[in-house]
Amino acid sequence: MTSLDSPMAGTLAKTNGADIPAAATNEGSTADAGRPLVELRHVNKYFGDLHVLKDINLSVSKGEVLVIIGPSGSGKSTLCRTINRLESIDSGEILIDGQPLPQEGRQLTKLRAEVGMVFQSFNLFSHKTILDNVTLAPRKVRGMSKSKAEQEGMELLARVGVDSQAGKLPVQLSGGQQQRVAIARSLAMHPKVMLFDEPTSALDPEMINEVLDVMVNLAKEGMTMIVVTHEMGFARQAANRVVFMADGQILEEGTPEEFFENPKSERAKDFLGKILTH
Amino acid sequence: MDDVIRLFSQYNIVGAFVVNVELTLWSALFSMILGVILVILRISPVPSLRIFSSGYVELFKNIPLTIIMVFMVLGVFGQLKFQFSSNFNMNFFWLAVTGLTLYTSAFVCESLRSGINTVPIGQSEAARSLGFSFGQSALLIILPQAFRGAVAPLGNTFIALLKNSTVAAAASVATETSSLMSTMIEFNANAIVSIFLIFAFGYVILIIPFGLLTTWLSNRLAVRR
Repeated sequence: MTSLDSPMAGTLAKTNGADIPAAATNEGSTADAGRPLVELRHVNKYFGDLHVLKDINLSVSKGEVLVIIGPSGSGKSTLCRTINRLESIDSGEILIDGQPLPQEGRQLTKLRAEVGMVFQSFNLFSHKTILDNVTLAPRKVRGMSKSKAEQEGMELLARVGVDSQAGKLPVQLSGGQQQRVAIARSLAMHPKVMLFDEPTSALDPEMINEVLDVMVNLAKEGMTMIVVTHEMGFARQAANRVVFMADGQILEEGTPEEFFENPKSERAKDFLGKILTH
Repeated sequence: MDDVIRLFSQYNIVGAFVVNVELTLWSALFSMILGVILVILRISPVPSLRIFSSGYVELFKNIPLTIIMVFMVLGVFGQLKFQFSSNFNMNFFWLAVTGLTLYTSAFVCESLRSGINTVPIGQSEAARSLGFSFGQSALLIILPQAFRGAVAPLGNTFIALLKNSTVAAAASVATETSSLMSTMIEFNANAIVSIFLIFAFGYVILIIPFGLLTTWLSNRLAVRR
């Protein structure tokens, strides 16, 4: 709620997030402003014998927009999913707002409610209307009244431009509309941080921009975002920092300018060479 | 044809079918409740509950119904002296409902589990990522969609239940169809073909509309993805 409505919004757009906590200056009044909102320490994960995350260290400040890119199979989606424990980790530590990620139970559900997630395949609840999709979690998890949840839900749907579709079922909407609803559904919980796991990869080309526009606006409003994507345009336009992953490791991180203009590792040069020629 | 008319006037055939329908309705209600509980245990995050549920399902799915029914009368009533009612007929009726419920709930659980398999994993991931507890995501997101995907197998389970209700004869429910059929054959051996056809068609008439209803419902309720 705080970060969304705060007027600091667009001002932070392009601070160098790598070393300076991006939002620290904007949220100077709060005592813990300097503390990273999401912090991963020496995180390791295996799928059987496959070492998919190798000693990952990463911290994301409040208000920062972090883009994770890398070839498929590099572990970037898995990394994103460990942050709300859709995937468990084998060693290391993940802290959200200074608190270690709980293993199971009520603390975990409470924490997940504060971490929004947008999936590649939208995952809207197929048997519920668009409005119900957006209001269900505030009502059932937060105990909000139906009328209040619907009022807020309609405002969120208007914000992502699908309020005219509120009574329809997900299947009746285009992919781009569904993904915008999915973003609204996450926002309805007023998350501290939003995770985007390849949000535009399942979309037809002409629908990618409508989703990216919503995400760029969110970034401008100061939402803390961790975005796994191949959209280099989005990374250049909205990211404070880009992390390049390959083979389960973070090989490079820096500002979008640094990374795209001047990649240091061979792996990154090779990757960028392949995707930017198209 | 004269045989048929005579048999209908002499015996309460319709009444016997009503008994089977009653057995079926009660057993369907209770096995639905028990089946839902079993399937929730089956998908729960607690290993011991999952093991309990799959143990129950494997046990009752694989015991012949006749043995369960005989056990209800000779074991539960005869040896353990458990009775639902001092009224002899009522007591056997509810013992039969219990036996049918124990047996059918295993199949209801399996049907619902096949319905759960039609719900993409992303639905529960989305529910979890929004902060729903296991119970909330099961009751609000997974099961409502699983039911819609399980209409056809559930329908088949209940069709089997209606036919299985004739096994209540083994639990000494003397008024139901297969008991009546035995009695009728005993005293009208000359009309055996007519008797057979009466009961065979009786079940066909009951089951065909039900089958059509399930097909219609399963199309109508199907979750569009």
